[in-house]
Amino acid sequence: MNPLTTPRFNVSAPDSRHVLLDIRHLQVRFHTPEGTVYAVNDISYQVHEGEVVAIVGESGCGKSVSMMSILGLIPVPPGEIAEGTAEFMGTDLLTMAEDKLEAIRGSEIAMVFQDPMTSLNPVLSVRRQMTEALRRHYGMTGEQATNRAIELLELVGIPDPARRLGNYPHQFSGGMRQRVMIAMMLACNPSLLIADEPTTALDVTIQAQIVELVMRMREQLGMALIWITHDLGVVAGLAERVIVMYAGMVVEEADVDSLFDKPRHPYTMALLAALPRVDRRRDSRLKSIPGAPPNLLVEPRGCPFAPRCEYVVDRCLHERPPLLAVSPTQRAACWVTTGDPAFATSNEFRNNSR
Amino acid sequence: MTDPTPNDDHQPLVRVVDLKKYFPIRQGLIIQRTTGNVRAVDGISFEIARGETLGLVGESGCGKSTAGRTLLGLYPATGGSTFIDGRHVQEAAGDDWMLIRRQAQMIFQDPYASLNPRWTVNAIIGEPLRVHHLIDAEAARIERVTELMALVGLDGRYINRFPHEFSGGQRQRIGIARALASDPIFLVCDEPISALDVSIQAQVVNLLEELQDRLGLTYLFIAHDLSMVRHICDRVAVMYLGVMAELADKDDLYEEPLHPYTQALLSAVPVPDPKVARRRRRIILEGDVPSPINPPSGCRFHTRCPVAQPHCSTYIPEWREITPGHWVACHEVEPKFRPGPFSTS
Repeated sequence: MNPLTTPRFNVSAPDSRHVLLDIRHLQVRFHTPEGTVYAVNDISYQVHEGEVVAIVGESGCGKSVSMMSILGLIPVPPGEIAEGTAEFMGTDLLTMAEDKLEAIRGSEIAMVFQDPMTSLNPVLSVRRQMTEALRRHYGMTGEQATNRAIELLELVGIPDPARRLGNYPHQFSGGMRQRVMIAMMLACNPSLLIADEPTTALDVTIQAQIVELVMRMREQLGMALIWITHDLGVVAGLAERVIVMYAGMVVEEADVDSLFDKPRHPYTMALLAALPRVDRRRDSRLKSIPGAPPNLLVEPRGCPFAPRCEYVVDRCLHERPPLLAVSPTQRAACWVTTGDPAFATSNEFRNNSR
Repeated sequence: MTDPTPNDDHQPLVRVVDLKKYFPIRQGLIIQRTTGNVRAVDGISFEIARGETLGLVGESGCGKSTAGRTLLGLYPATGGSTFIDGRHVQEAAGDDWMLIRRQAQMIFQDPYASLNPRWTVNAIIGEPLRVHHLIDAEAARIERVTELMALVGLDGRYINRFPHEFSGGQRQRIGIARALASDPIFLVCDEPISALDVSIQAQVVNLLEELQDRLGLTYLFIAHDLSMVRHICDRVAVMYLGVMAELADKDDLYEEPLHPYTQALLSAVPVPDPKVARRRRRIILEGDVPSPINPPSGCRFHTRCPVAQPHCSTYIPEWREITPGHWVACHEVEPKFRPGPFSTS
């Protein structure tokens, strides 16, 4: 176990809610013909009851794989969970028997994916797919399940739900399909909803509808929410706490205001500087990040962002920086910025003075 | 027919006049009959000045990509015309047609699908040079390809590699180099950064801007990322269901949107700042975009419009210039200037 990534103190939600999900030292690899892919490299974080956590990162950073692996949804082999624990309400999901894990997946933890077309069965009506879960987990009769399904579709804003229940997935638009998925997930009243890029394939006006719907549902049902995305704009609008991932590692973790106002990892800083703003006049060219994310076929050494980092020092190339707390609600994995008080000033101020 | 406007530097480089593109829907196994039309682009008009970047935005299915391809002549138009540097695209033939093909190029969204996986970079970037007989000697062509690679920030030593050996951002650079090979003056960029990661998007956008400065290019930038459009464009046109909703100088459009659709669209764009996000008022539109096979009568937006009046479902709103340079198609917009709450003037 790497003592470096053990938090010195826990960065927790502002209130003292119970820990719902506690991931420690998770390492996931895939053994492929090209070699071993180091997909998730020793990550640890917690999610509290009722909390909204966003996991941000670019494609291939391990944000989805880390979630899929703790739910037993990655194929083993080629996948391998090399190390780590993932306790959900006190029980380790990684060592749990498959039938127990399946029961938790259906009832306590629900997942909504990017493309609802791949998670809905195209040859079964929405009625079949929705009532199956209700009958299985709650032992409802066919009629009870149908009535509950109509209620749920109404709840997520599908017009004329009794008629639409008989439709097949292809008869719904992208936004409506995502609503159907959300209704199915809510059927079991989960305590944790994992939303994996649920709005990425949708237009902004539909994205706004879905974000609003999920947040309203979360408020009504009091569940915790993990929203996986690459879109920092979406994060700013919904998260309480944000986890930034890069090359299979957590590079920064903070409450949403600190992350956007005083980012402490150079990757987070660079991402924010590379984003144009819809609400501001242009003042200069975008600050681009040189290079590309690292090849995960190589075992990580040092800081994964070092080759693209403008603050890089020699130590970054050899030693992996630990997640260091810079405030009670913020941790960053950087040798340079966590120790330098200049980086504790607001992002806005720092950008303008450079 | 030639363009009535003379071919000089003060005239817009591109003029689009009432352009239409319908895709027929055919039914029947042996005897096919046309039973309807997808009216993807249904009469749009705008101009692009030399050296300008015009943004074309709208939701998926609004016809923005079809508009881009039709105005270049890649799809035959159902109606209307495009003039590029004074030449009528839809009526051009022979040398005129080849000249337009050389002067107007396209950059595609998907850097994986738009490059032939069995061709080397040399073959891909060199193709326009061969097709247009710009450089027929192979040695000189390789030299020019290497030059083009350097221009877009690719290492010329990789000239004999295949597309799969490059990352997404680098592939998009290959696509840009290919588009530049024939010395174009006008580029249609169809969602050129949508498939790229955030950290790579800024690289490609900055490259497009540098190339515009160096080569004096004119861009039509088709995108759904409204933040990036505000950053890169000079003026922005908003499409809804095959027709134009609004067109204005970018800061006018983003600060004083007049069309209710533009207002809703802009309010739905997420802002990467939690303080702003909490303060912002969103206009959440009901429902989905209707089908372009049978678009709503009158104003096409009336089924989702928060301020629709009874007459909006009967009469088609006129495409009119409300203030100089600010065009809008909406019955409910007053034809006088009203300073908005965030106006800086």
